Amino acid sequence: MEAFEQLIEQIAPNLYAYRDRFFTSFAATFEMFAKAGIIAFVVGLFFGVLLVITRKGGVRQNLVVYQIVNIVINVFRSIPFIILLIFLIPLTRAVVGSAIGVKGAILPLVFGTVPFYTRQVEVALTGVNEGKVEAARSMGSGTLGLIFRVYLHEAVPELIRVTTVTAISLIGLTTMAGAVGAGGIGSFAINYGQNQNHQDIVNVCVVVLLIVVFILQSLGNALARRTTNRGLFRKVHQ
Amino acid sequence: MIQIEKMNKVFHLKSGDVTALDNVTLNIGDGMIYGVIGYSGAGKSTLVRCLNLLETPDSGTLSVGDSGVITLKDGKAYDAQGRKMTEKKLGAMRRGIGMIFQHFNLLDRSTVFENIAYPLRYTGMKKADIEARVFELLDLVDLRDKADVYPSQLSGGQKQRVAIARALANKPQVLLSDEATSALDPDATEAILNLLRDLNRKLGLTIVLITHEMAVIKSICQRVAVMENGRVVEEGDVYDIFAHPRAAITRKFVSSASALSKVDKLMEEGSTLVRPTANQKLVRLTFHKDCVGEHVISTVSRDFGVDINIVLANVEVIEDNPLGGMIALLGGEEKQVAAALNYLNENHVYTEVIADGSI
Repeated sequence: MEAFEQLIEQIAPNLYAYRDRFFTSFAATFEMFAKAGIIAFVVGLFFGVLLVITRKGGVRQNLVVYQIVNIVINVFRSIPFIILLIFLIPLTRAVVGSAIGVKGAILPLVFGTVPFYTRQVEVALTGVNEGKVEAARSMGSGTLGLIFRVYLHEAVPELIRVTTVTAISLIGLTTMAGAVGAGGIGSFAINYGQNQNHQDIVNVCVVVLLIVVFILQSLGNALARRTTNRGLFRKVHQ
Repeated sequence: MIQIEKMNKVFHLKSGDVTALDNVTLNIGDGMIYGVIGYSGAGKSTLVRCLNLLETPDSGTLSVGDSGVITLKDGKAYDAQGRKMTEKKLGAMRRGIGMIFQHFNLLDRSTVFENIAYPLRYTGMKKADIEARVFELLDLVDLRDKADVYPSQLSGGQKQRVAIARALANKPQVLLSDEATSALDPDATEAILNLLRDLNRKLGLTIVLITHEMAVIKSICQRVAVMENGRVVEEGDVYDIFAHPRAAITRKFVSSASALSKVDKLMEEGSTLVRPTANQKLVRLTFHKDCVGEHVISTVSRDFGVDINIVLANVEVIEDNPLGGMIALLGGEEKQVAAALNYLNENHVYTEVIADGSI
């Protein structure tokens, strides 16, 4: 461990000097990622399902609901995140009481992620063969049964893939949250690296983010593969 | 078992209205294997989807098993008491009707066991009872050893057997089959049809079978309805339809399933085999179950002095009854040939002159 510390001190002296700052930044990024991610996951899944069941020919066709969700999503997807961040300041202040810090970054992060994720979920669920839905209906399944036992159940591998993609893009968004004083790896790299001309800090931030993204992607791929169940043989009975 | 009366369904598409069901009235008896045949777009798939109300007809009435008379109005279903049927009620009704599909529609991420258990779960049935029932069904379709396999590892025929087991899980009285053998190879097709016939006999299951292949109708159905442009153009016992097809489309279907259809191709090619000489007539003879083919032929030849040159001949067995068909060249004096044909007609042999050498 000591040898490792010495190595870091040698190749990245500035980072070593600000290592406490680095760790709190990393923790802030993780907090934003986890909190916004969980909320966006649930909300995105909800709207993705809503789009699929209310679309034309869906199991609960409702074109009014569909169009409203559709348009709102398109609008928010068109706004660059950095603009969205400041545009939402009044709303954030009203909802969470503060528009700055990690607390103030969660809401914009959710707004920045949900539209993208909803679309991805919609595509994943659209990939479920309509024949399966029809078969389930012929067996008496109602709307909830169709959603959970057919759409979500059959789309699990695809949902894992799109969740991975979204999670990675969410990490990207958290780096911009420094603009509202939320800290995190992004603002650390700018304030302590770029602004103070410490290239080693920027480099380490890049490497750390690369490692995180790589782990996420590998995890997602492995999970998606495992849940596909093709070519797997599972002996349970007798 | 199933009565539908004056059922109508129009699809309003961007390209215009499509009448899928045009005043369809059918009566399907208990324990019957009932075929519905037609080309794609004839409305047969819509018809079968209207039987379990996956599709709601615009108007008409429907009664399946003990459902009572369901009235359909403005795309809504009302039960015998005139109450609008809720999703829940429709679900309960559908549970009493099994359905299988051309592309099986199994859940790929569930094992065979879980696929068959699907309709039994969340019904209040105990876990142990579900397991017992699933294995009972697996035995019924002879797939017990595949319980924990995923559908992707099964052949088409096996997938369809899983789908049949799943459709029968709730012990329905009716099974709807929508082109269930159309995606299968000939061996698997035969195996599935045999299974359906067995289930029909063993369980007294009423089967409504949609197909575009007359061979399927011929092999297992007792009655058949022929559909064209949303209308039932002909309906009756399969044997009668094969023996006396009336509508043009029925003739086409019947000839598609007959070995004698080769004659059309031979004539088109101008083959000398089917070209009558000056004193010959090319005729099609159809022998029914109540006439003995060979005896009549030899009589004609002997008593009328007519030469009979058999070009094609075939005997079908439909519901255990023989149906014979023959394409032959009848040669001899004009008067004699006419008398021979007359004699054949009198003996219940249906005759049709396809080509006349004297013209």
